[in-house]
Amino acid sequence: MTALSALFLRDLRVAVRIGGGAMIGVLFFLAVVALMPFAIGPDLALLQRIGPAILWIGALLASLLALDRLLSADLEDGSLDLLLMSGTPLELAVAAKALAHWLTTGLPLVIASPVFALFLNLDLAATGAVAATLLAGTPALTFIGLIGAGLTVTLRRGGILLSVLVLPLAIPVLIFGVAASNAAIVGPLPFGTPFTILCALTLISLVIGPFAAALALRQGQE
Amino acid sequence: MGLIDLANPSRFLSLTDRLLPWLAGATALVFAIGLYQASLAPDDYQQGATVKIMFLHVPFAWLAMFGWTVMTIAAFGTLVWRHPLADVAAKAAAPIGAAFTLLCLVTGSLWGRPMWGTYWVWDARLTSVFILFLMYLGVIALWRTIEEPTRAGRVTAILTLVGAINIPIIKYSVDFWNTLHQPAAVMRLDGPTIHSSILIPLLIMAFAFTLLFVTLHLAAMRNEILRRRVRTMQLMRAQAAPGH
Amino acid sequence: MDLGPHAAFIVLSYAAALVVLAALVGWIVLDHRALKRTLKMLDAQGVTRRSDKAVQ
Repeated sequence: MTALSALFLRDLRVAVRIGGGAMIGVLFFLAVVALMPFAIGPDLALLQRIGPAILWIGALLASLLALDRLLSADLEDGSLDLLLMSGTPLELAVAAKALAHWLTTGLPLVIASPVFALFLNLDLAATGAVAATLLAGTPALTFIGLIGAGLTVTLRRGGILLSVLVLPLAIPVLIFGVAASNAAIVGPLPFGTPFTILCALTLISLVIGPFAAALALRQGQE
Repeated sequence: MGLIDLANPSRFLSLTDRLLPWLAGATALVFAIGLYQASLAPDDYQQGATVKIMFLHVPFAWLAMFGWTVMTIAAFGTLVWRHPLADVAAKAAAPIGAAFTLLCLVTGSLWGRPMWGTYWVWDARLTSVFILFLMYLGVIALWRTIEEPTRAGRVTAILTLVGAINIPIIKYSVDFWNTLHQPAAVMRLDGPTIHSSILIPLLIMAFAFTLLFVTLHLAAMRNEILRRRVRTMQLMRAQAAPGH
Repeated sequence: MDLGPHAAFIVLSYAAALVVLAALVGWIVLDHRALKRTLKMLDAQGVTRRSDKAVQ
């Protein structure tokens, strides 16, 4: 088994164990989605109209919340130093960690979104559109978040700063995710246009994220 | 005296001490000329006198992007060329760039209300300038969170490089998305489309604000160098204290 | 100078620019004075930097 696949599987296993935080994101997602109708009121037509946006904001906030544990656990037990010293390219190592993080944090959000769409009175087409855009967009959120995690991992209370740094970079993903969802529901723009841009954002983040994060980890050493 | 001499902080300080009064004077002079020209500028046939807001808003937008560009070049200086004063330049530029970005948003909003009927709209250019402002705040926050200056300089340099992609997005956003904000009228390949009676005051004011940026930037760099000296001396004092 | 029906917006814009930029200038000037004061105080306490010794 190569070092990368070992790292990947180890991250997967740690995440699903108790204290790993895999399902906390889904609970927070649920909290945000459940709170919205209380704040907005029971107007079902309105909830249906802004449903995709609520789901996307919930997924974004849940992703931001979970980013803290992407690298900080490794810093605490010293495995971050091992990664920096090992022969494996750091870019690939952090990419493997981010992929494992997405599978255990982002993907559950995607799977949970159709269930939560029920709370917001979304019909089948809307639910499908939102789930598809979340599937395409949540990897971008994780890999952009990887950059913030790399920059703030050595800071004591870096969690809030991490969210502050990642948020401006994640706004375009949010914009195109919601635009694609709304395009599928009400048009007139075809679903493909914003969805393609969303996929492009994800692909770009898959490259820039690991490189920027690896650079940040190297430069951030004492 | 070459660029390498500027790498020595003491020499930089003495140079700045001599240069700043002249820069400040030149800034004030160009502002006087620019404001006078702006007051004389004719009313636009569509916008009336509110075109005078453009003499503020457009230079602010240019300098907001200029500030991040300065930080990006400084980031390369820190990470690639290891120039000793690069991170000082980056740290000094951040609050100044943030102030100009904020003013760009405020003046744009005050211009938009009488012109378009709304204080704000989420079109591509306004959204990307707003994102630029958030990124400035993020960089400033990161600077303040990492205590050791050199390490802070390296980490913020990476964030600056990641954010640099926003600058071309802002520049070309009005070309790609046809929404409320008007397209490029000055920095175009075919040349400006504005009449010279309005273009001249605009360029003079832009020059004045650029001089202001450079003056404030050098003054802030001077402060940052002094701040690091204070920090070094306080550390040495703490080390020499009895019982240490 | 007649600023037309939207004079308030024009005046507000220039006022906002003046306030923000004055605050920026003020911060830099006051910071400079405080730093100079602190350096003088540290000098008086006899703390020297490594490079100061080299210059002398």
